Amino acid sequence: MTATVISPAAVERPKRSAFAWAVADTKTIAWRNLVTLRRLPQLLVFATIQPVIFVLMFRYVFGGAIHIQHGSYVNYLMPGVFAQTVAFGAIQTGIGLAEDLHKGLIERFRSLPMARSAVLSGRTLADLTRNVFVMVLMIAIGYLVGFRVQTNVFGLLGGMAVMLFFGFSLTWIFAIIGLSTTNAESAQAASFPILAPLVFASSAFVVVGTMPGWLQGFAKYQPLSIAIDASRSLMLGGIYSDTGKVFASIAWSIGIIAVFAPLAIRRYRKAA
Amino acid sequence: MDSAIRVEQLKKCFGSVTALDGVDFAVPRGTVLGLLGPNGAGKTTAVRILTTILKRDGGVAEVLGIDVGADPQGVRERIGLAGQYAAVDENLTGSENLWLIGKLSHLEPKTIRPRAVELLERFELDRAAERPVRTYSGGMRRRLDLAAALVHRPEVLFLDEPTTGLDPQGRTGLWRVIEELVREGTTVLLTTQYLEEADYLADNIVVIDHGHVIAEGTAAQLKARLGATIVEVGFADVAAAQRGRNVLGGLGPSDVDGDGHTVELKANDGARIAIDVVRALDREGLEPASLVLREPTLDDVFLTLTGHAAEESTSDEEQDESGGRRRTRGAA
Repeated sequence: MTATVISPAAVERPKRSAFAWAVADTKTIAWRNLVTLRRLPQLLVFATIQPVIFVLMFRYVFGGAIHIQHGSYVNYLMPGVFAQTVAFGAIQTGIGLAEDLHKGLIERFRSLPMARSAVLSGRTLADLTRNVFVMVLMIAIGYLVGFRVQTNVFGLLGGMAVMLFFGFSLTWIFAIIGLSTTNAESAQAASFPILAPLVFASSAFVVVGTMPGWLQGFAKYQPLSIAIDASRSLMLGGIYSDTGKVFASIAWSIGIIAVFAPLAIRRYRKAA
Repeated sequence: MDSAIRVEQLKKCFGSVTALDGVDFAVPRGTVLGLLGPNGAGKTTAVRILTTILKRDGGVAEVLGIDVGADPQGVRERIGLAGQYAAVDENLTGSENLWLIGKLSHLEPKTIRPRAVELLERFELDRAAERPVRTYSGGMRRRLDLAAALVHRPEVLFLDEPTTGLDPQGRTGLWRVIEELVREGTTVLLTTQYLEEADYLADNIVVIDHGHVIAEGTAAQLKARLGATIVEVGFADVAAAQRGRNVLGGLGPSDVDGDGHTVELKANDGARIAIDVVRALDREGLEPASLVLREPTLDDVFLTLTGHAAEESTSDEEQDESGGRRRTRGAA
């Protein structure tokens, strides 16, 4: 028990620009969130349970009743399931932030000299990393039930990238919800009503043309459908080829981030 | 001696609720200030402003001569905060938690590891260092929380109800650590609901209620204001208690307590009052059912200073200070 252990003293801090610190802090927070994932790998498994059930249900239960004009239904279905996976995965961002808020961690972070944006950017990047793993798992499951990429490996990677980028943009929206609620349960409850119409009134599981006219307008142009169509274009090509959708999806994702990231950071500054 | 913390006419409102209504206090370097008050008094709000978490609405708030609004970053680099909750990550180990805070405090990576080892040993967490915090007891979490607040060797430490919810053993353990910190030169601002705690740790005590400072001084000075000793004389029935009060009223400020059976007497001359009480009762042939001598509690301080007990009276003032333990003593 030496006298030097806890006593105050000048500490050395390396000199860096504010931006360099923001990057360093983001990496630290992302590391912290990924450690949790490594320590609780069941979180990764839980993240895939729901989409796997959807794959099985639509592939084997409803699939027979859904008629696709061109190609197999399972090929049509899987990009939709990928979108559903990243969309519901984005809820985790909000849940994680709500928990940090509830447990007082955000309060501590706010008393530290760290970059204000890092708690959010670190969290969303960690969730993006998690989504990469989940997506790879889902593709493997897709292959087991008959999904086959019709283009090439670049199409597959491109389709994944478009989807992951879209999922990343969504995490910023759910970050705001997480910071506006006080616990994980209400963050989850508040997120579902936003996601349900996006996921189900979309081209994920059925052809939009089969929906009533009033719904088609929404279902066709909402960002989740665009992201699905973009990854179908990249993964399946042929009749689904539509480069315009790929650019449109990237534009949507950039737009969502441009609007919601600053809002989330503002919300973070005021939270707790 | 210059002040490590200086607060003048500090004001903060949450909508229509005034949390701080012109609070003044100063903490000389190397001393401990105990900020005492019930839930919702404004203690946590003051700490949040001084730790740059909240923005004030008016007044002066300086830490180590730095204005918290003008240079929050400068303040953050030199303070430590341990809050009402053990704000540690459950899924990280003890050493990972300290690493996280060290990194986010912008310390050199090579200095964080030895510092973490040092602190974990010092707080008797070295054997649990590589275990996820999820497996820690409440006392261990609080110790880790305090260790995390010390990673960057802060000159000023803010402790917001550090022992609320701890068992007596955990409480005295934490007290000893805080004492040692102060001996080594750290300035501490401590909020608490327990007079005993402020008495034990603080060089100076500021009592706040409804956003106002209602008393200030050392523990001894505060107690002297209410009488150093309280005598509680219990009687068999209300009638006897009334007679008792008439008899004892001459010895000092006295009152009949809630149930009507107990007479409470405040005195400054310590245990000597017991002799006078017994003599006076004996003269009248009154037999007490019980006789207790005790030190004033926080409730007594509040009853004397404000006329109300130290429990929260309305729920809206709790807005920013939930989670504290309620005190349950019947109002007078």
